[in-house]
Amino acid sequence: MANVDTEREIAIPPGQEPPLPLAPRENGRWAGYWHLVVAGLTVLRREPEIIFWVFVFPIVMAAGLGMATRNRPPDASRVAVVSGPGAQRALDLLKPSSQKGLVRAEMVSAQDAWNRFRLGKYDLVVTPQANGSFEYRYDPARSESLLARTTVDDVMQAAAGRKDLLSTSAHVSSEPGARYVDFLIPGLLGMNLMASGLWGIGFALVEMRQRKLLKRYAATPMRRSDFLLALASGRLLLTLLQLVLLLGFGVVAFHMRVIGSWTSILFISTIGAFSFGALGLLTACRAQKAESASGLINVVMMPMWILSGVFFSYEHFPAVMLPFIKVLPLTAFNDALRAIVLEGASLAAQQARLLILCLWGGVSFLLAVRWFRWT
Amino acid sequence: MSTENRTPAIRCRNLRKTYNGNVEAVRGLDLEIRVGECFGLLGPNGAGKTTTIEILEGLLSPTSGEVEVLGRSWGAHSRELREMLGISLQETRLNEKLTVRETLELFASFYRRPRPPLQVMEEMELNEKSDAWVGKLSGGQKQRLAVATALVADPKILFLDEPTTGLDPQSRRQLWEIVRQFQRRGGTVLLTTHYMDEAERLCDRIAIIDHGVMIASGTPAELVEGLGGHRMVEFAATGGQVAPAVWSSLPGVEAVHQENGTVVLSVRRVHETVPALLAVLEDRGSDLLHLTTRDASLEDVFVHLTGRRLRED
Repeated sequence: MANVDTEREIAIPPGQEPPLPLAPRENGRWAGYWHLVVAGLTVLRREPEIIFWVFVFPIVMAAGLGMATRNRPPDASRVAVVSGPGAQRALDLLKPSSQKGLVRAEMVSAQDAWNRFRLGKYDLVVTPQANGSFEYRYDPARSESLLARTTVDDVMQAAAGRKDLLSTSAHVSSEPGARYVDFLIPGLLGMNLMASGLWGIGFALVEMRQRKLLKRYAATPMRRSDFLLALASGRLLLTLLQLVLLLGFGVVAFHMRVIGSWTSILFISTIGAFSFGALGLLTACRAQKAESASGLINVVMMPMWILSGVFFSYEHFPAVMLPFIKVLPLTAFNDALRAIVLEGASLAAQQARLLILCLWGGVSFLLAVRWFRWT
Repeated sequence: MSTENRTPAIRCRNLRKTYNGNVEAVRGLDLEIRVGECFGLLGPNGAGKTTTIEILEGLLSPTSGEVEVLGRSWGAHSRELREMLGISLQETRLNEKLTVRETLELFASFYRRPRPPLQVMEEMELNEKSDAWVGKLSGGQKQRLAVATALVADPKILFLDEPTTGLDPQSRRQLWEIVRQFQRRGGTVLLTTHYMDEAERLCDRIAIIDHGVMIASGTPAELVEGLGGHRMVEFAATGGQVAPAVWSSLPGVEAVHQENGTVVLSVRRVHETVPALLAVLEDRGSDLLHLTTRDASLEDVFVHLTGRRLRED
């Protein structure tokens, strides 16, 4: 009644249609949800930092680590030959393999050789002895040092005239699929999914709680489930975009081969996003201050960063830890994604890992909804 | 409509709120706010105003007591009630990266029948800032936007928690005008404030709250009337402390209050009190340092009731 009066107060120039937003309107069931999704994406678009962390950073990281591992000559052992009588002979013996790029040998003083070996600039120090023999100094704990010792010894023995009794042949393989970058990109995706869930949902919620924005929303008839759903859908969209971008980058820049089906990849990523989103929700369900939330988030993320095989295989950890590592959600996700992308595994073969993800997601979600505070 | 007019807009009985089992923020509060009035909860910081208003808004649950809003209870009708209330919280920081218009569209989308955001924007004089990010608005504009997010609901009751705290005088008057406009259209307003001038000018009725209990209520005029005197005489004089009895025995004095060497008298008839006061000072050989008379205000009511000032600043 009073409403109609005020609507009349706004002058509409004659002959023109009234501007659309002034028309009395009635909102449908999903109006709030859609507006929340759109507002969420609008805000993301206006935060350059988020665009950077979500889209640019993972690609820069993949590019950087991919290049670092690709452009290094595979096994040029760095060898110091200590100057003195016999040093030139050693260099001559090593010359054929230097040309093949297997060994990079330099003549340096004993002092320099030792210092630089200690700092990791040389893998092996060859010292000619008074009696015409050579002494190898190497570190058996460093695999490249061990390799250098074997290679150099082989090469020098062969050059000096050793005959191999057993006939062998070798086939060099650096197929896409077995390289570090192939291992790395799915791991980066998993790591991003985790960060996205914990920061993008968890931290964002605590921030809104601290600003009292959550309370303000709770004071409207907005359905609270719509709010969480909208937050999750916005993030899911972002995650899938990120997935396509990062895998696409791997394919274009590193000729990575995606063997498994894209449907399976999207499916497992959606499950992963749900699982980490729920974990984020749980982490954020009560924290009042952004600072305490970021502490909590780091506590949740750090073990998985290290243990779950993002940058290197978790098989390096002691065997007793493996059962625990394997039930972490990020491990399950990384393993499943790698199996699908690199080996073309079917979803059915990944059901145990899917179950782990669903359990983490489901239990976190139920606890989060139970404990969640809007104020 | 007629039945709704007879039902109070808001009613609470024996409201109590205890935090963590020991901090008693509200200790037995009874309120009845009529449809169409502007009701003010006045009190110092920490008096329990925000706790009270948030309980009435259904955002906090009381430890005990009954709350009815528009004849409905929060437990049974929360969705229905949310559609009818417009709420502006104390210090909400809305999303800074959304524009004014986007923010209002978002809030409007939560209600079944919102008011057109453009119209509310025009009314709140925010249309020039329509495409500005919330983060770029001034304090007064932000506060107007906060109230706009409440008005876009087309509410029957408008809740405002400290709506003008920290605003410049012009922005404050602008907000008062918005509240009056809403009231003229038949809306009910409940606001909290620690500015007594705000309560005096804006509110039809006031409840003064201190330490979680109501210490007085009524129209601003009634409350001032309750002081006994309508005028205040304030003076300071040399000659050290004087027993309050000396002043209260002066003709026409209803109450005496002393602070920092200034004596404040509530008086019924200034023209009888002041000559007598001057005579007493002369007898005692004291010099008058200053003397003013003014109308009694709600501040005086508060000082009279609690012995403290409303705002120490």
